Amino acid sequence: MAKKLVMIGNGMAGIRTIEEILKINRNLYEITIFGKEPHPNYNRIQLSTVLQGDTTINDIILNDLAWYEENGIQLYTGEEVIQINPERKVVISDIGRETPYDELILATGSVPFILPIPGADKHGVTGFRDIQDCETMIETSKKYKKAVVIGGGLLGLEAARGLLNLGMEVDVVHLLEHLMEKQLDETASKMLEKELAAQGMNFLMKTETAEIIGSERVEGIRFKDGSETKADLVVMAVGIVPNVRLAKDGGLYVNRGIVVDDYMQTSIPGVYAVGECAEHREITYGLVAPLYEQGKVLAEHICGIPTKRYEGSVTGTQLKVSDVDLYSAGEIFEDNTTKAVKVHNEFDGIYKKVLIRDNRIVGIVLYGNTSDSSRLYRMMIKQEDIQSMTNFAFLQAEGGNAENNDVASMPDDELVCGCNGVTKGTIVEAIKTQGLTSVAEVGGCTNAGRSCGRCKPLISNILEYTLGDEFDKTAPKETLCTCTTLSRDEVVAEIREKGLTNVKEVMNVLGWKQEEGCTKCRPALNYYLGMIYPEYKDDRDSRLVNEKMHANIQKDGTYTVVPRMYGGVTNAEDLKKIAEVAEKYNVPLLKLTGGQRIALMGIKKDELPDIWEELGMPSGYAYGKTLRTVKTCVGAKFCRYGTQDSMGLGIELEKRFERLDTPHKVKMGVSACPRNCAESGIKDVGIVGIDGGWEIYVGGNGGTDLKAADLLTTVKTEEEVYTLVGAYLQYYRETAAYLERTSKWLERVGLEHVKEVLSDKSFVKDLNERINKTLERYSEPWKDAIEDKEIRDRYYTTRKVTLPIQ
Amino acid sequence: MTTMKTKIKVATYSELPTGIGQLALVEDEEIVLFKLTNGDVRAIENKSPHPKGGTLTDGLISGNFVYCPVYDIKISLIDGNVQAPDKGLVKVYQVFIEGNDIYLEL
Repeated sequence: MAKKLVMIGNGMAGIRTIEEILKINRNLYEITIFGKEPHPNYNRIQLSTVLQGDTTINDIILNDLAWYEENGIQLYTGEEVIQINPERKVVISDIGRETPYDELILATGSVPFILPIPGADKHGVTGFRDIQDCETMIETSKKYKKAVVIGGGLLGLEAARGLLNLGMEVDVVHLLEHLMEKQLDETASKMLEKELAAQGMNFLMKTETAEIIGSERVEGIRFKDGSETKADLVVMAVGIVPNVRLAKDGGLYVNRGIVVDDYMQTSIPGVYAVGECAEHREITYGLVAPLYEQGKVLAEHICGIPTKRYEGSVTGTQLKVSDVDLYSAGEIFEDNTTKAVKVHNEFDGIYKKVLIRDNRIVGIVLYGNTSDSSRLYRMMIKQEDIQSMTNFAFLQAEGGNAENNDVASMPDDELVCGCNGVTKGTIVEAIKTQGLTSVAEVGGCTNAGRSCGRCKPLISNILEYTLGDEFDKTAPKETLCTCTTLSRDEVVAEIREKGLTNVKEVMNVLGWKQEEGCTKCRPALNYYLGMIYPEYKDDRDSRLVNEKMHANIQKDGTYTVVPRMYGGVTNAEDLKKIAEVAEKYNVPLLKLTGGQRIALMGIKKDELPDIWEELGMPSGYAYGKTLRTVKTCVGAKFCRYGTQDSMGLGIELEKRFERLDTPHKVKMGVSACPRNCAESGIKDVGIVGIDGGWEIYVGGNGGTDLKAADLLTTVKTEEEVYTLVGAYLQYYRETAAYLERTSKWLERVGLEHVKEVLSDKSFVKDLNERINKTLERYSEPWKDAIEDKEIRDRYYTTRKVTLPIQ
Repeated sequence: MTTMKTKIKVATYSELPTGIGQLALVEDEEIVLFKLTNGDVRAIENKSPHPKGGTLTDGLISGNFVYCPVYDIKISLIDGNVQAPDKGLVKVYQVFIEGNDIYLEL
């Protein structure tokens, strides 16, 4: 029977240890993990990017819940172990759960050091350590204006940058004269301070905090010199301390951290500690690289295989603060036994210093450009004699050291991912032996790039170098969703090959982990099936709310109705009708949309069919992954500049392709001259009339990723426009991933490729045949709802229940 | 005032569609009934626990879960718990099926 392994702590170091154990022997232990936070293992290093608004919490999850499940790990989140009993070999949690263990790992991490000053317990004082702290700061920024960060180290500066992004005024209080004094020398530190001050941080240097003032909530800070500043939020970022309380209570030997030997064993046999909570040879580490080294040693030891002792780590710190690249390793300050080589380019904001003692590098500080870091670090670790070097590569001008950046000239033992200790050689071997093709896959096999993520561009270069032409930078293998291990292309191929015909069947046959799928795969599968089979019967319940209801849901649960208005052209009768309906149903808001039509907003769900019936107009599909609108300008009919009938062409395009399911929404525009009043240049398909013909533009986007469209071709007749647009849309439908906009898709497959495809006349004909066949299957959804009682009952009815009188 | 719980008939089992939420208005209380693929009936309050609010009737159903249609958080229909990484709790109602009648305890 498997032995019981319990781990307290669900963070990066601990989970890495578990991953190493599973790699060695996944059947050796029955594993239970307790995590105080209500989340699976996430990338704590990336918390600042969440605070700074660049990513979401979901993006920084390293091991999702499915991972725990797949590996048979019992995970208790939001549950804190409050007692260890080494005599009885059990741990007890805050809800009284007793869990026995054979081996116990403490991976409790560290806690923010809160200055022991009066008022530190007031509301609005927080550390910056976990998701909860992040959320507190984000919430506070919505209500308050002024933040004070105590501590001018990496963590404090990252918090300050995040708070600036959240729109707060930020003071940074630092006890010493220089920021990040542990990593930077005076020159680099001053450069950083200047840069950050320019970004909007206000620095209070050489300032010591005496007291936090306010009633229940923090209102200000008083300093030792008697001065004060206002504060609605105080972030304590003066340092972290190993979280050892539990170990201490359990009788383990604790100094600053939980003291461990070279195999990460504590003073009690069978109990281990790893990560920031552990103290090894009087050192506690806070960077991820040494913690991962510890994890590996512990995993090997605990699995009973021969392992090297952990003998401590020498590390370089690669950091990024507010877009400034920093690196430091080894010694920082000169003394009378060292000689320094420095480059200080104030104009470009670059500073590099290498400290040399006895012809060997003993320290590195880099500011603004860290591309030399791994090479210099390697020279330092190997204690290379640099006497014979007549010139330092870092003394050369930018761009002049291309040779050193070249992947080909990198030695195999050079570190690529400092966080995880992965060398170029390891990555190249993994790519070759395991057939890896993407940065994500390399991460999955070697862990490279999975922590701070800064080496990802280099990994991409190594992939390119190793795979040559086979490497496709833009097509990382991404699974459809967490319900399956198959990618989009694999799923589509399986559907075709096995002749699968409905969503349920796909999920059953392809072994979906969540039997009935999720909000990512269900709509996608429904789309792919509809793309493959022209006569496919739509699975309406697999669509997301708007498409299912044929109306746009609003945040209060009401809906918006947007009737079709082909080409943005209307008439008095329709306008009257809309006005009458709006009046009769007390529609709270009438709004002209960006797509040249009228939205009736704030409509109750059970009124939708009645409103549709009274309007008597077709749905404008303002909610769909389909052709939304064809925006047109007035054109030759009225405009003195117009060269073509843009309205006529736009209306015809809209009528031909409306209701068609596409991977994402598609917007079109038709302008009658290059003045482009219909904004054809930022549409998925934009047509511009010129004298004697039409220009067809593709791949434009006016949304999140603003992008100008590219000219696909110029044609003479309307009929050619319809044929090319039909073929283009169908090719997009067949090759794009669900939810991939045309702009992204075109970037991926390449404009030249699409041009080539569309120059093949017989292929264009086939594409048009397929799209026309598909278009036959659609009917008007609002009319269906009006006429079909079953649809009405199922989607638009509220059951009113009256309580019996008692 | 009495706070004794009462059993109210809210729907007929055979008439309740599968795979889509059905909104029942019990006096002023909006309750969503879900008939699941396995035939079970679940009932929860029609209020998303997301800080920005929203309704749940039209969410996608998968097994014993519904996904909030507006913010895509995953909610257990058994205990009302929001699944990680989000958090929160939705009120669930006890469902009784007697013959062809569906009752809620209110």
